[in-house]
Amino acid sequence: MASPKRKVAVAPQTRIDRVVSPSGIEAWLVEDYTVPLISMDFAFVGGGALDPAPLAGLSHLMAGLLDEGAGPYRGQDYQERLEDKAIEISFSSNRDRIEGSLRTLDRHGEAAFDMLALAVNQPRFDQDAIDRVKAQVMASLKREETDPDALAWKAFRARAFGDHPYGRGDKGTPASLSTITRADLVTAHGRRLARDRLKIAVVGAIDAETLGRALDRIFGGLPASMPADIVADIVPAGLGSVVVSPLAVPQSTLALGRPGLHRLDPDFMAAYVVNHILGGGSFTSRLWTEVRERRGLAYSVWSQLSTSRHSAMLLAGTATSNERVAESLAIIRAEFARMAEKGPSGRELDRALQYLIGSYALRFDTSRKIAGHLVEIQVEDLGIDYIAMRNSRMAAVTLADTRRVAARLIGDGGLLVAVAGQPEGIADT
Amino acid sequence: MSHDHAPELSHFQLPNGLDVVVIPDRRAPVVTHMVYYRNGAADDPHGKSGIAHFLEHLMFKGTEKHPDGAFSDLVSDLGGQENAFTGHDYTAYYQRVAREHLQKMMELEADRMTGLVLAEDQVLSERDVILEERKMHVDADPASQLYESLQATLFTHHPYGTPIIGWQHEIEQLTREDALAYYRRFYTPENAILIVAGDVTEERVRALAEKTYGRIARRNEAPRRQRPQEPPPAAERLVTLTDAKVEQPAVYRMYLAPSHGTAKGNDAHALEVLCQVLAGSSASLMYRDLVVERSLAVNVSSWYRNDALDQGYFGLYAVPRDGVGLDDLDREIDAILAQVMANGFSEAVLARGKTRLIADLVYAQDSQAHLARIYGGTLATGGSIADVRDWSDRIDQVTLDDIRRVAAACLNRARVVRGHLRKAA
Repeated sequence: MASPKRKVAVAPQTRIDRVVSPSGIEAWLVEDYTVPLISMDFAFVGGGALDPAPLAGLSHLMAGLLDEGAGPYRGQDYQERLEDKAIEISFSSNRDRIEGSLRTLDRHGEAAFDMLALAVNQPRFDQDAIDRVKAQVMASLKREETDPDALAWKAFRARAFGDHPYGRGDKGTPASLSTITRADLVTAHGRRLARDRLKIAVVGAIDAETLGRALDRIFGGLPASMPADIVADIVPAGLGSVVVSPLAVPQSTLALGRPGLHRLDPDFMAAYVVNHILGGGSFTSRLWTEVRERRGLAYSVWSQLSTSRHSAMLLAGTATSNERVAESLAIIRAEFARMAEKGPSGRELDRALQYLIGSYALRFDTSRKIAGHLVEIQVEDLGIDYIAMRNSRMAAVTLADTRRVAARLIGDGGLLVAVAGQPEGIADT
Repeated sequence: MSHDHAPELSHFQLPNGLDVVVIPDRRAPVVTHMVYYRNGAADDPHGKSGIAHFLEHLMFKGTEKHPDGAFSDLVSDLGGQENAFTGHDYTAYYQRVAREHLQKMMELEADRMTGLVLAEDQVLSERDVILEERKMHVDADPASQLYESLQATLFTHHPYGTPIIGWQHEIEQLTREDALAYYRRFYTPENAILIVAGDVTEERVRALAEKTYGRIARRNEAPRRQRPQEPPPAAERLVTLTDAKVEQPAVYRMYLAPSHGTAKGNDAHALEVLCQVLAGSSASLMYRDLVVERSLAVNVSSWYRNDALDQGYFGLYAVPRDGVGLDDLDREIDAILAQVMANGFSEAVLARGKTRLIADLVYAQDSQAHLARIYGGTLATGGSIADVRDWSDRIDQVTLDDIRRVAAACLNRARVVRGHLRKAA
């Protein structure tokens, strides 16, 4: 195949309006009436990392309880009222955020906004609902105790971040969950959900004026601000070490990583391209080719840049038969080293840019994808012109950039390696 | 209840027998291009389980015209995404690209309908990949092992009892010749369905399809899918998996049930509503009773495999609270089912279940890829475009009598395989 010519693809043509409600709450809106639906995504910046250590999992539990009863409706009544109109409301949380999402048929928009307003402002935190959701979280923690993927990443987090809040899981522990009281949940609700931490995106069959009124109804009653974020920035530790979590399974799961680049780092775009070539692009990356295609060592092998609010990492993962772990690991290490040393080839760069630029439009073909992406852009503070600029910024990445940034990103290639399984010839270091 | 803006879809056939479905969605300048073959794991020759799925992997290796993964390279260079999946009744390949690249996708997909070339070493390393895939998805997870065993117990004779990925000892023996023989038998225009969803018109798809797929000669008649059918079940079965890795016990149930392919009247639609109402959401009957009101379970769920060419099944799952035994939970589930069969439930509950199901099809219109899968899956399992078109109305027409009838006919003890996932003492 001839070397493809680099194309500065047109930016996606999605029109985004900045809507500001009468009381000053901002949302980004993509107005589109093709399908009779409204999708809203929002995020409050600040999540589980803010939980006091003995109450680990508090934010996760609180978010999980917001739709388990609110205002006059107990848990089941609330859920039934949603189901009567097929309104979907859900909340989740991670170390950095509390997130929410609403999806409704446009004809039920007003009812949906009312129900969401109740969940956001007046969650009941009934004791029976607390007990129920705690039991569900406990059950999922139990399953994770023998899940190879969960075990490997748990050990990875603990070694990389130690006592920092990023060292623990979002769901907490059986001990911390049993400590959390209703009063803790009420306090967490009051502190985490504040207007100055809120980012909102809406896509679908709604106009700016209607949305403005809805925003006030849903979010206008929340506190204007919350205390400053007190989580420290941290660089993952443990490079060069190996942690094995023994588990009686024929295949080992590997979790690997080292420090990465923050989202606002001027080299981030080049690092993104480097990662795509290393292990980000499925079916075409170096890791895919060497580990899966050439040797059949694994079904899945990948790498990605992971940007949390207080840390940045380059992560990788795979799962391979116990007797082939050493070989797989050696190949992955060699690929990291090769990338650090020489960077990509000109042809690899051209092809990566072709893909990354051309495929950006695929993030804009459903309301949910668009809403999710718009919240992401706001949380990361990339600016409302990001979508229009993103492809030309990507196209400006040069071979020299990628070679310099590959060396910066991968450095000496040192990796923290966590393995769950019975890997042959691999021991803790 | 209205259809809420059903898409203006078209469906036609090329002279060589290829079915074509076009689903316009002009919100973004992208298209989803899919080809479904009407064969899946249930068509694997006896003793060669996993061959349909193995071939699906091998289809990415290359053709005479486009060797060494050139298709995947091109998709990537065009900023596209691609993948494939294998079910018991079909195998499907898709790419998602900017609309201007549709023709290229059609050229290459048409090329690999007949031009596959396989080198021995590629086949062997891909077989290792699949053995790793099986280890990852099944061997590391007692719940997956139990589920595999439940299916094998439910279908005693029909190949739906064999896992799609295949049994390990048979995967290990699959060869290049097995893959090519299967390929030559099934990969023909008469056996394929082309679905194009996105920013396209019927005229453009028709013109491009004639230039690409249209040039493939008709083989003769489409391959027939003749699978041994499941005899009527007579005995209740219990499958137990006990493993030290089970930290969270659970109960499962699978009932042999008709699918849309085999159901009489509106039985399959009634089963869909029943599935939603029983344990399909946190507003469902079992969730309310077992999770919320009596705190016997942490979670419950239900599923109904209705998109099958042959018989389907109805599944229930429950995770007990600490201190609640699996046999106790089974008795409670039996009591709820007996109650539903005897008395049904309220009209309000029925209406809520239908509303949710019908809205799901409207929500599906937000995603061209999702719509393409709905139509592809329906056509590949013997359904028609009209079946999708009429689906909402038929769901809406389900009555409480229908529900009681299908519950009594399907959710009875002769048809059930129960599963217990237990921790080794």
